[in-house]
Amino acid sequence: MTARFALALLALACAAAPARAYTIYVTDEKGNTITLIDSDTLAVKQTVSSGRRPRGVMTSPDGKLLYVCASDDDGIQVFETATMKLLRTLESGPDPEQFTMNKAGNLLYIANEDNAEVTILDVVKNQVLANVSVGVEPEGMALSPDGAMLVATSETTNMAHFIDANTFRRIDNVLVDKRPRYALFTPDGAGVWVSSEVGGTVAVIDAATRKILKKLRFDVPGLTPEEVQPVGMRITRDGNTVFVALGPANRVAVVDAHTFEIRKYLLVGQRVWHLALTPDEKHLFTANGNSNDVSVIDVANLKVIKSIPAGAAPLGVASSPD
Amino acid sequence: MTQFTPGPLDLRRRRRPGALLSVALLAALLAAALLAAAPLAAQETYPPVTVDIAFIAHARAPAPPYVLDAAPPGEGADGAKLALQDDSTTGAFLNQTFSLLDVELGKDDKPTDAAKPLLAQGIRLFVSALPADETLALADALKSSGAILFNAGATDDSLRGVDCRSNLFHTAPSRAMLTDALAQVLAVRRWSKVLLVPGPGDGDKAYAQAFRASAKKFGLKIAAEKPWTFGPLARARSDSITEAAALIFARGVEVDMIVVADENADFGDYILYRTAEPRLVAGTQGLAPTSWSPTHTAYGAEQLQNRFIRMAKRRMRPIDYQAWMAVRAIGEAVTELRASDPAKISADMKKPTFNLAIFKGLAASFRPWNQQLRQGILLAQPMSLVALAPLPEFLHQYNTLDTLGADREESACPLKATP
Repeated sequence: MTARFALALLALACAAAPARAYTIYVTDEKGNTITLIDSDTLAVKQTVSSGRRPRGVMTSPDGKLLYVCASDDDGIQVFETATMKLLRTLESGPDPEQFTMNKAGNLLYIANEDNAEVTILDVVKNQVLANVSVGVEPEGMALSPDGAMLVATSETTNMAHFIDANTFRRIDNVLVDKRPRYALFTPDGAGVWVSSEVGGTVAVIDAATRKILKKLRFDVPGLTPEEVQPVGMRITRDGNTVFVALGPANRVAVVDAHTFEIRKYLLVGQRVWHLALTPDEKHLFTANGNSNDVSVIDVANLKVIKSIPAGAAPLGVASSPD
Repeated sequence: MTQFTPGPLDLRRRRRPGALLSVALLAALLAAALLAAAPLAAQETYPPVTVDIAFIAHARAPAPPYVLDAAPPGEGADGAKLALQDDSTTGAFLNQTFSLLDVELGKDDKPTDAAKPLLAQGIRLFVSALPADETLALADALKSSGAILFNAGATDDSLRGVDCRSNLFHTAPSRAMLTDALAQVLAVRRWSKVLLVPGPGDGDKAYAQAFRASAKKFGLKIAAEKPWTFGPLARARSDSITEAAALIFARGVEVDMIVVADENADFGDYILYRTAEPRLVAGTQGLAPTSWSPTHTAYGAEQLQNRFIRMAKRRMRPIDYQAWMAVRAIGEAVTELRASDPAKISADMKKPTFNLAIFKGLAASFRPWNQQLRQGILLAQPMSLVALAPLPEFLHQYNTLDTLGADREESACPLKATP
């Protein structure tokens, strides 16, 4: 009782406290840097050199390490977040583009874009546990919240591959629209959202039956359907709202995750790629590849409040954890 | 290559068995590897489909040494092979098997003769990189058997216009698409005064004609036209450093740009830096509109460039890319249909929902009015990409890609009347 009460109090205290400052990490494909942004002041804190063509980026669950896909160096770089010193480079297999990590923080699941493979890497031992053959140009990677199911999208084969995360065997392959780039599990693990860049759609797949429940289209006023190219996505922790980056449409769609209604289109920078929510879900950051900046969205009011320059052709963006 | 009279036996010998075997073997190995990893459920769910495709082109003649960037052996066929690998990977998940027959014709061999034994084998899907007259003859020869042909080589507007055919699809851009793309760049730059220099060939004349139409469409002014009448240059250039006086044929003509129509690459490269006044050059040389270029790496193109280099040990050329798109279009239709019937593929590709990811941003799709693949056009100089058309300044009520080439209303193709 007392322990629970204390926890509740702590939670309240956290909620009431002023916004916590998180660090937002932005990779830029052409500048070979990582830009660090303070989520409270919305100012650039630091710029760090990375390997060549940095793309996928995420922190370890404890926030102490930063993982960056250095695609052209065929490796994943590990930085210590406290010092931003490069600790080591992991054997990722060729051309790593995007990845995801388990909650324990010891396994990385990597899409090897040039090699039609998914690599499962033990980051503690720096040892490859398995390579799973998937379609041509794998990119999007998502792990179910319980850690049992892995989803990889292949851009040229147009499939979402469902992989058993314990046995590393493919369970199913679901055809989606052209050039699927990103996969996202809903927090309850029941749904998988897959964005198809060239198809212009997002497929919502039932994780248990692997049937497509819904295909979302984005009718942005003033744009032709071809200009709407969904890529990165994020979902709020309550599972109610999904943000979808629409690439050269220069907008982020705000979607009701239950009714699939598109609530709003937010105008951001040019060619918006990937998104990051701060853990307090106060801000959403968008990496804009053609305008070389990051747009900051006030999530509560669904307003774009700032753009921050971030290297040359920013692509990946991640937030430090709580 | 030796002369031969095409017949079934000869044809079989000419299919470059080594190369073919490797592709077939690769596809089979790939399929085996993928299926071994997949549970049987996938196989049980999907009925087996086999898809046999033939690629037909003339063997590339050895080029004289002064041609610096000659067409390599396997041009076109290599693009088709890469697409077959892509199709086979998808097919392995869906119980679909793809094969490609590479038919290389001698100089005097007729594609229509070569097609007969292929039709007898049951092949109904053809991709070609042939001149316009042979493309048309082949399409007509295939028609009665219900086969369809993808033109990955000829850019002639007539094939998309008065000579269009219901069983003929085009992945090669038309000359009108190319010159429209160039005209868009000139219009946006406000380089609107042009000296047009057509060469002596039929292709040159057609290219010049396409550019005249593009100039009108995008508000450029052809201030002067001076046909190239100074004879072949490429060979002369090889004999000695031709350092004649500056080309005076362009002297005193007040223009922003010289547009050359020189499809055989004979004189176009020669004009730049050799005019009396400093003038930029575009068209078939200089700043050239093209379906594909090694300078293009955006929109994921780097992956395609790399996969091609790994496979063919050379860079991907426009004809390779156009053949790649054709075999990929077949693959996409088969994936959607779970069938390889050419009539179904043809109908599927003409639907507004059909599209193809071709690494140039906007999704490609077929224009129902003339069966031309609408696609972005690159504007490249040899070492640098300058633009990707359609340029954002040009809008269209349905699809901005239709600002390039003959739109529905402009099309002279009788097919457009059919619903």
